[in-house]
Amino acid sequence: MTTHTTARPAAKAAAKPATMAQALQRAMRDAMAEDPTVHVMGEDVGTLGGVFRVTDGLAKEFGEDRCTDTPLAEAGILGAAVGMAMYGLRPVVEMQFDAFAYPAFEQLVSHVSRMRNRTRGTMPMPLVVRIPYGGGIGGVEHHSDSSEIYYMATPGLHVVTPATVEDAYGLLRAAIASDDPVVFLEPKRLYWSKSDWSPEAPAAVEPIGKAVVRRPGTSATLVTYGPSLPVCLEAAEAAAAEGWDLEVVDLRSLVPFDEETVCASVRRTGRAVVVHESTGFAGPGAEIAARITERCFHHLEAPVLRVAGFDIPYPPPMLERHHLPGVDRILDAVARLQWEAQS
Amino acid sequence: MQQRSSTVQEPPGAARDYRLTPPPAWQPRTDPAPLLPDAEPVRVLGTDAVADADPALLRRLYAELIRGRRYNAQATALTKQGRLAVYPSTTGQEACEVAAALALEERDWLFPSYRDTLAAVARGLDPVEALTLLRGDWHTGYDPHEHRIAPLSTPLATQLPHAVGLAHAARLKGDDVVALAMVGDGGTSEGDFHKALNFAAVWQAPVVFLVQNNGFAISVPLAKQTAAPSLAHKAVGYGMPGRLVDGNDAVAVHQVLTEAVTRARRGGGPTLVEAVTYRIDAHTNADDATRYRGDAEVETWRAHDPIVILERELTERGILDEDGRRAAAEDAEEMAARLRERMNADPVLDPMDLFAHVYAEKTAQLREQAAQLRAELDAESEA
Ligand SMILES: Cc1ncc(C[n+]2csc(CCOP(=O)(O)OP(=O)(O)O)c2C)c(N)n1
Repeated sequence: MTTHTTARPAAKAAAKPATMAQALQRAMRDAMAEDPTVHVMGEDVGTLGGVFRVTDGLAKEFGEDRCTDTPLAEAGILGAAVGMAMYGLRPVVEMQFDAFAYPAFEQLVSHVSRMRNRTRGTMPMPLVVRIPYGGGIGGVEHHSDSSEIYYMATPGLHVVTPATVEDAYGLLRAAIASDDPVVFLEPKRLYWSKSDWSPEAPAAVEPIGKAVVRRPGTSATLVTYGPSLPVCLEAAEAAAAEGWDLEVVDLRSLVPFDEETVCASVRRTGRAVVVHESTGFAGPGAEIAARITERCFHHLEAPVLRVAGFDIPYPPPMLERHHLPGVDRILDAVARLQWEAQS
Repeated sequence: MQQRSSTVQEPPGAARDYRLTPPPAWQPRTDPAPLLPDAEPVRVLGTDAVADADPALLRRLYAELIRGRRYNAQATALTKQGRLAVYPSTTGQEACEVAAALALEERDWLFPSYRDTLAAVARGLDPVEALTLLRGDWHTGYDPHEHRIAPLSTPLATQLPHAVGLAHAARLKGDDVVALAMVGDGGTSEGDFHKALNFAAVWQAPVVFLVQNNGFAISVPLAKQTAAPSLAHKAVGYGMPGRLVDGNDAVAVHQVLTEAVTRARRGGGPTLVEAVTYRIDAHTNADDATRYRGDAEVETWRAHDPIVILERELTERGILDEDGRRAAAEDAEEMAARLRERMNADPVLDPMDLFAHVYAEKTAQLREQAAQLRAELDAESEA
C-alpha cells in the first residue's frame, strides 16, 4: 500500500475505496496472471475495457490474444469458448447486457450446461459467462432484464451473483477456478458501489455455494441476493424502528443453493420473505419459498412471502421505480407476517 | 420470373406439389459474377451522372439532410439536459438515413435498428414519438402500422428476419410491398443477419438489406468484425446481389436503394446494400470515443461530409442557391425549436400502463398486482 511511489495508477486507485467494477477487474487480472489458460473475450472488452470498464487494462497487460475483442455475435463468442475449453483453456466470456446474452442461450443450454454429463465426465466446461444484469440504472429497453431464472432452471450451470465489492472479487476468482460452467451475474446498478476493500490486500476467495448472514436478527428473515441486498438492509433498518429485528441472508449463489444457512436462519426467526427484482411468477422466489416451506414447516409462524418485480416485461426507465421492489413493499410484506393476528 | 410470381401469389395453403413445380428461386445460381459488388463504391456526386438526376429530388435530399443534421444536434442537446436517457447520433450518416426513407413508397415497410430514429422521422414519423424509446416513457412510442415502421430494434440484427417474413407474407398476399431492413456493420456478425439473408434469397422475398458501415461497432473497428473484402460481398454466398455504395453520397445511396427496391417490387428478389460511411459522433452520448480512435481519422471523414459534398455539387451546378440554403436551414431550425419545446414538457405517464398491454386480457395475477400498485399510488398521492 505505497502511496509515495510516482504516479502509478494502480497504487493511486488502491488508496481510494474500490468499486465493484474494480474488484471484478482485479479478479480477472489475478486469475490471468496466475494461470495462462485464462482467457477473457467478448464485445468491446479489449481497447475499450468493456462498456462498464470491467476489463479495463487487461488487453494491454496480457495482450489481445488473452483479452480479445470478438466479432459481434454472442452465440459465436460462447460457442467458440466451448471449443477453447475443450482444448484446455478457461474462457471468461463477457456478455454486454442481460438481454444480449439471449442469442447465446442455445450454446448455454444445449452444450455448456450438459457437456460434462453427456460425455460421462470426460469433457468438463470450465468457463465463466459474465452477465451484467438487472435494472435500476435507467437503461432503455433490453438493458435491465433479470434473467437468473432461465439459468437456474438449467441443470449443469452454477449461477452466482455478488452483492458486495469483496464478494465480487472472491466469487469471480472462485468462478474462474471452478471446473464447471458458471453464469456470473453482475448487478449492474452495484458496479459503482464502493467499499474499503483494497485491491492490494489479499482477499478471500469464497467457495461457490455459501450464503451469508449480512445482518443478524430475530423476528424474521429476508432472503435476498445481488441488487436487492442493499434494499433489504435498508428495509431492515427501517423495520427496526417499528420493533422488527430482521435478519438478512445474502444467497450469493443461486445454484448451488445454500439450504443450510437459509433454513437455519428461518428456524431461528420463524418467518421469511424472499426479495428479488426478477418476476415473481415462476421466479427464483417460488423455488426458494417452496424449499423453505418443505424444510422448515414446523418452525414457520406465517407463510413464506415473496416481494418481487411485477410479472411484466421490464418497464421503460421512467416507470421502473414502480416495478422494482423497494423498502416500502418489503415493509408491507413484513407487516403481513403477523399471520396469527390476521387468521 | 412470370412463373414464379404467379406461383407465390396463390393464397397460403393452396394445394401445390412442390416436387413437380419447384419455385425457380430454389434453383442454385451457377454464375456468381452478376451478384458481386463493384470493387469501388457507387458514386454519383462528382460524376456526370448528377446531370441525369431530377433537380427536385436533389433539393429534397439536401433539405432532408439539413433537417437530419439539425435533428441529431437537437437530440444530442436533449441528452445533456437530461430529457433523453441516451441518443445514438447519426451525424455523418444522414445520407443513409434519409435515402432509406425516400427510397420507399408509402405502402412499404421500414425495419430500423436502434440507431435509425432519423430514417423513421424522414419517413414521416412524429419526432417526439420516434424518441419515446430513448426518453424512456415507453419502449415503442408509435403505432408501427401507421407509418409502416417496425419498432426500433435494440438487440442487433434481430429485426432482419422479421423484415423477410413481412415481405414474404405481403407477396403471398399479392401485395407489391417491399421491406427495407437496416443494420450496422457490427450487426452483420450476428447469426440473425445470416439467417435473414438466407431466408430472403431462398424465398426470393422482396426485401432490401441496408448495412450502414460506419467503421465501428462501439469500439471495435471493421477489421476485427470481418475478413471479407466488403460486407456487400456477403450477399453472394446466399445467392443475392451485393451492392457497395458511398454512404455519404446521398444521391448514390438513393439511387442504389431505389434500384434495389424496384427490383424487389418486380419480383427480382432481395439485395444487400453496403453503404460505406462514418460515425462522426461517439457511439452514444455515454461513450468515450477517444479510447479507440484518433482525431485525424474523424477529420478526414469530415471533409467527406454528406452535406458538404452535396451542397458543393448542387451549388456549382446552380441547382441550389443562397435562398434555397436559407430556406432549408430555416425549416430545420423550426423543426428543432418545435422538438425542443415539446420535449421540454414532462411526459404524462400512467404507471397503471405497466399492466395494460402484457396480454390481451389481464391474468388474475396481473389484476392483483395492478390493484396493489393502485393502492400504493393512492397512498402516495394522499401523503
Ligand atoms: C444482440 C446484441 N448484442 C450486443 C448489443 C450491444 N450493442 C449495442 S450497439 C452495439 C454496436 C453496434 O455496432 P453496429 O452494428 O456497427 O452499429 P452502429 O452502432 O455502428 O450503428 C453493441 C455491441 C446489442 N444491442 N445487441
